[in-house]
Amino acid sequence: MSALRRSTPLAVTGKYLALAFYVGFALFPLYWLAKIAITPDKLIYTEGTALFPSKVTFENFETVLVATDFLAYFKNSLIVSLGTAAITTCFAAAAGYAFSRFDFRGKRLVIALMLITQMFPLLMIIAPIYKIVAAIGLLNSLTSLIIVYTAFNIPFATFLMQSFFDGIPKDLEEAGMIDGCTRFEALRKIIMPLTLPGLGATLGFVFTAAWSELLFALMLINSNDTMTFPVGLLTFVSKFSVDWGQMMAAGVLALVPSCLFFIFIQRYLVQGLTSGAVKG
Amino acid sequence: MARIQLNNIAKSYGSVEVMRDINLTIEDGEFIVLVGPSGCGKSTLLRMIAGLEPISGGDFTVDGKRMNEVPPRDRDMAMVFQSYALYPHMDVARNMGFSLEIRKAPNEERTSKVALAAQTLGLTKLTERLPKQLSGGQRQRVAMGRAIVRDPSAFLFDEPLSNLDAALRVEMRLEIARLHQRLKATMIYVTHDQVEALTLADRIVVLNAGDIQQVGTPLELYDRPANKFVAQFIGSPTMNILEIEPGEGGIRLKNGAALSVGLPDGQKRASELGVRPEHLNIVAPDAAHLSGTAELVEHLGSDTNIHAHVPGIGQVLVREHGHFPLKTGEPVGIAVDLAKTHLFDPDGRRLAA
Repeated sequence: MSALRRSTPLAVTGKYLALAFYVGFALFPLYWLAKIAITPDKLIYTEGTALFPSKVTFENFETVLVATDFLAYFKNSLIVSLGTAAITTCFAAAAGYAFSRFDFRGKRLVIALMLITQMFPLLMIIAPIYKIVAAIGLLNSLTSLIIVYTAFNIPFATFLMQSFFDGIPKDLEEAGMIDGCTRFEALRKIIMPLTLPGLGATLGFVFTAAWSELLFALMLINSNDTMTFPVGLLTFVSKFSVDWGQMMAAGVLALVPSCLFFIFIQRYLVQGLTSGAVKG
Repeated sequence: MARIQLNNIAKSYGSVEVMRDINLTIEDGEFIVLVGPSGCGKSTLLRMIAGLEPISGGDFTVDGKRMNEVPPRDRDMAMVFQSYALYPHMDVARNMGFSLEIRKAPNEERTSKVALAAQTLGLTKLTERLPKQLSGGQRQRVAMGRAIVRDPSAFLFDEPLSNLDAALRVEMRLEIARLHQRLKATMIYVTHDQVEALTLADRIVVLNAGDIQQVGTPLELYDRPANKFVAQFIGSPTMNILEIEPGEGGIRLKNGAALSVGLPDGQKRASELGVRPEHLNIVAPDAAHLSGTAELVEHLGSDTNIHAHVPGIGQVLVREHGHFPLKTGEPVGIAVDLAKTHLFDPDGRRLAA
């Protein structure tokens, strides 16, 4: 392909300029977050929109880590996000495999129902969800968040996993079954290793969604012990002022697990693992 | 080693019956080719034998044991897929030894069997590669190696050569033939390519629209096709089919020409005459049964195909050996080798002479 496409220096420069512009545009808010986090409180308003503060401080980080409940929020968020990601991915992988490989009565109906759940705003069902969670006595618990997030993420995650399974030729597990595997063994030894990128993507997607969810966390949690990180961020907003520096420092810290998570699963996200399975 | 029997095998998807009353006995060590146009059910039949597709009716037995409900892993059959279906995350050696790995065969046994198969197929230097690092032909070999390593009672091939280029296809065809001679195992081979069918098979099964049209050796199918479908499917170029009606001392063609072809008992029913291009000859006009003009002359080197237009009849294809000095537009006389014609009744069945 690349040999066919003649690229002039001008086109290359243009391409990289466009990419640079896009990356700059996308990353600027993150830069601003980090910038304010290291700006001393008294300079935040005086220096306004300067691209870099005249004085750098890590005091905000220190305050956040030592003087606030940030670490507790962080731990809660980690439990909720990891729990949600793990449970959702398990369900989604099983359901996605079934949708991809089997024909069964009601399949289209189930798919349609799952799609419908994605079509209306969550705001509509906040009240009923609250009532249900209150009725089973799970208010102010991390379990309630895990259950609710799992329920909301399963449809999309299932479709995501289904498309990954669809991309793996059926011949592979049939060859496995002829070679002596049960269907489950074929799934475990042949299909699973090839689905790792899909599992990684799904885990990452669900983790991020759960990590940044605010609405339900705000509704279902109001004790300080079980607050997740996005709710905790709001504690930096008091009646008369906003602790911008600390808030941003907390925000920067909150990015860490997401980044680590994606660094960890990145190698599974590399496509092309199935190439060479069938004719090419 | 296996004697495979299909008794009244049927296949339906929901209420749609796609196959029924399939009866076939495959002797131990026989090379059977299932051939037919796309959608004729040949792959479905193979997949039912493999256990990948449920059998809707009838009995499928191997050495007298009913196998209808036996899962694929317990049928002791190896299959080579059209797509090769190599496991992309395993290297060549592990791909080939996977069946032994699953059966928990001892390590030494696995290694030695894989090494032997790799040597047979010329893959020794490639055993540590991943499938994506192999060429099409090498992948094909690995797929065959995977089957050989198991030493199964029967080999199933599902159009194994259709993804290869022409030269490689011929080479691999030879290799499969050699493999059969050496292993003497029962082999069932699906293809839509009649050349593969004719060259490899002990017996060919011609399928069309879910029905067996004929079962026979390659030459039986060529010399005595059971019906018009088999007659036209086997042999290249395709057999000429000419409309006829019974006439004095034989038959009369549509343009009025009389041919002295001996009519069998049901003579009144003969409605078509089939004659292969190689059983027609270009001759001088006074010795010809038919005369027309050459519309297109194809020089293939070893043969010359002459597409002639015969007034009142239409297109007739004649095949001459070697170079035949004829130009487009020239008048031609065509002689019919009367001993090698086939008569068909209105239902397309062959009338035995």
